[in-house]
Amino acid sequence: MQLKFTEKQKAFRQEVQEWLAHNVPKQPLKSYDTREGFEEHRLWEAKLYESRLSMVMWPEHLGGRGCDLIEWLIFEEEYYSAGAPMRVNHNGQLLLGPTLMEFGTEEQKKHFLPRIASSEDMWAQGWSEPDAGSDMAAIRSRATPDGDEFVINGQKTWSTRAIYADWLFGLFRTDPESKRHHGLSYMMVPLNAPGVTVRPIKALNGKEAFAEVFFDDVRIPAFNCIGEVGQGWAVAMATAGFERGLLLRSPARFQSTVKRLVDLYRKYAAEHGENGRLRDAVIDCWMGAEAYAHSAYHTVGLTSKGAKIGAESSINKIIWSELDLKMHEAAMEMLGAYAELQPGSPDVVEDGNWLEGFLFAQAGPIYAGTNEIQRNIIAERMLELPRG
Amino acid sequence: MDFTFTEDQLAFKEAISRFLMTEAPPEMLREIWETEAGRSPELHRSIAAQGLTALSVPEEQGGLGMDDIAWSLLTQELGYYAIPDSMVDTAYVATGLLSALPATVAARNDVLSQVAEGNMRIAVAHSINPLVADVHLADTIIVEHQGEVHFLSREQLEYDSNSSIDSSRRLSKISFTPSASTQVVDAQAGAAIWNETLNRGALSVAGQSLGLAQRMLDLSVDYAVQRKQFGKPIGSFQAVKHKLADVVSGIEFAKPALYRAAYALAQGDARADLYVSHAKLACCEAALVAARHGIQVHGAMGYTWEADLQMFMKRAWALNASWGTREFHRQRIAKDIFADGAAVGPRYTFGE
Repeated sequence: MQLKFTEKQKAFRQEVQEWLAHNVPKQPLKSYDTREGFEEHRLWEAKLYESRLSMVMWPEHLGGRGCDLIEWLIFEEEYYSAGAPMRVNHNGQLLLGPTLMEFGTEEQKKHFLPRIASSEDMWAQGWSEPDAGSDMAAIRSRATPDGDEFVINGQKTWSTRAIYADWLFGLFRTDPESKRHHGLSYMMVPLNAPGVTVRPIKALNGKEAFAEVFFDDVRIPAFNCIGEVGQGWAVAMATAGFERGLLLRSPARFQSTVKRLVDLYRKYAAEHGENGRLRDAVIDCWMGAEAYAHSAYHTVGLTSKGAKIGAESSINKIIWSELDLKMHEAAMEMLGAYAELQPGSPDVVEDGNWLEGFLFAQAGPIYAGTNEIQRNIIAERMLELPRG
Repeated sequence: MDFTFTEDQLAFKEAISRFLMTEAPPEMLREIWETEAGRSPELHRSIAAQGLTALSVPEEQGGLGMDDIAWSLLTQELGYYAIPDSMVDTAYVATGLLSALPATVAARNDVLSQVAEGNMRIAVAHSINPLVADVHLADTIIVEHQGEVHFLSREQLEYDSNSSIDSSRRLSKISFTPSASTQVVDAQAGAAIWNETLNRGALSVAGQSLGLAQRMLDLSVDYAVQRKQFGKPIGSFQAVKHKLADVVSGIEFAKPALYRAAYALAQGDARADLYVSHAKLACCEAALVAARHGIQVHGAMGYTWEADLQMFMKRAWALNASWGTREFHRQRIAKDIFADGAAVGPRYTFGE
């Protein structure tokens, strides 16, 4: 055990820190759940890409820097310390990208990966369907083989940012006779193809944050299938692992919220006096975020020695999503009567960021596999308890 | 940056685990709980013969000079097998204190050598613990008195004896008359030694609590697989699964906090108090949750004397307030993170 950064790691931190200090927009970008804000975020992604900072872990020929996971953690720490814009192409960069690297053909990689790194293509996910939520194997949307094409029919839902995205990836049933997780294939569908209809769904915050996507005889080339036809479930499970694991929500994100929460408590105590219960809530959040960070470095160390992350990623997902709720609940309580004020209101505190975060935190235990499903995974795969 | 253990450290932990598995099975614990002193002379002898008391003693005094990082693994094993307190108090907490004493303290090397040979039990009396464990069988009691360090024999102090819900623990209030002959270090030099000892005591409780949590989880999983209701193992029901999954999360996220704290203590990190308090709170909480869910999963069996769960549960409850209550440790965290200019935020995970 040796918890010091190398000179190379320190130099990388320094470089990222300086780059961000020069380049992070002084004015916060507009919400990415608006068309204008979405395009502002796309430009920001392009700027990161120009400096090979959009996907630091990707190899150099794909526009990355070939960083290891420690350097990725350092990048994230600096990124969140700098208050840089939210990343808007996680679907493509963290979910599809690694899937393509593992299962894609050389041609697919060459075509799609650079466009993902630069965010020239923005991606949405297509997993859930009206009757296939937690029970994802109940998927009914079909991709029927027809010569060297597939014809897609059906409906996907809860597709985050699909109204502005360019592409969607997800699972479709290629074998009409198949049941459950058999006969599914992993497809990439351009959202501007004839027959695609994207209908926005207003989220809790009133913004069109996600959408339903309808497919009516949409034709895509066979080139758009990742992995073997009929093997989509296995490919998708790998992607789900990336999402639940570290990458989607780096510890730095929560450490940076805790920092704001600590400041909020200091202001609160200065105004209203110490409050043991709120103090404890903030301390619990600090401990949670630190433990997540320590756990990340520990896990990264183990993986560098050859360990594989399996069901453990389900623990991460539970921890960060429930921590996010706790942090925002504590903040709302400290804000008291001001907690409910919308951004832009004359008396709003911190421009309503806590309220925005509070609303978004409600979704955490639901997306990327509900926390009930995660607990089942922990119980069945780590503790080997019998399936129900 | 390498936040993992060496293969040697892990192999050593494994060896200790195998040794304790045969030497300290639950039946042995039950016997210990029935004895007058709460101890088994055979277990004491086999532990000494195995050299476990010599682990942290410096090499010059015949030990292995093991550090806090290695102990963060070993304390988990001692907790897992619920080895009574005097083992860890003597071999880890007291030995750390003795090693930190200036070489001018005449008794230092002699006592350390005796610990290494397994001939001495030591009780540590720090004012953070109003009741002192194991005074009744200690050969030497190291006492904090207003920051000074005093060495006493049992005859030199008055003590009572309370029995605990954990039948291997005997707890004493002590009183004595401090004198130049009992004092080995003055208050000025003693302050740092005692703070480090408090941290080491808290860390030993943290590690043991984590081991206890794991043991309670394992017992509960075994029970949930074997016990059938409605025609199937109760472990196939989500209500049971989710409780046990929460025990896993508690353990897995307390572990890195423990290791971080052990590293900080071993390195003499300026923020060791902060990390140790985090570890103590997180590990004790993991054990309390493991106990709460463990007894629920065991159903009525969990409420019996017969089920082994009770011994580990009671040890966890007993250790929770030892080496600093929750409030004490929360106050230490508050003092750090709410201070002006505190190093809080993503950049400071490892104190940059």
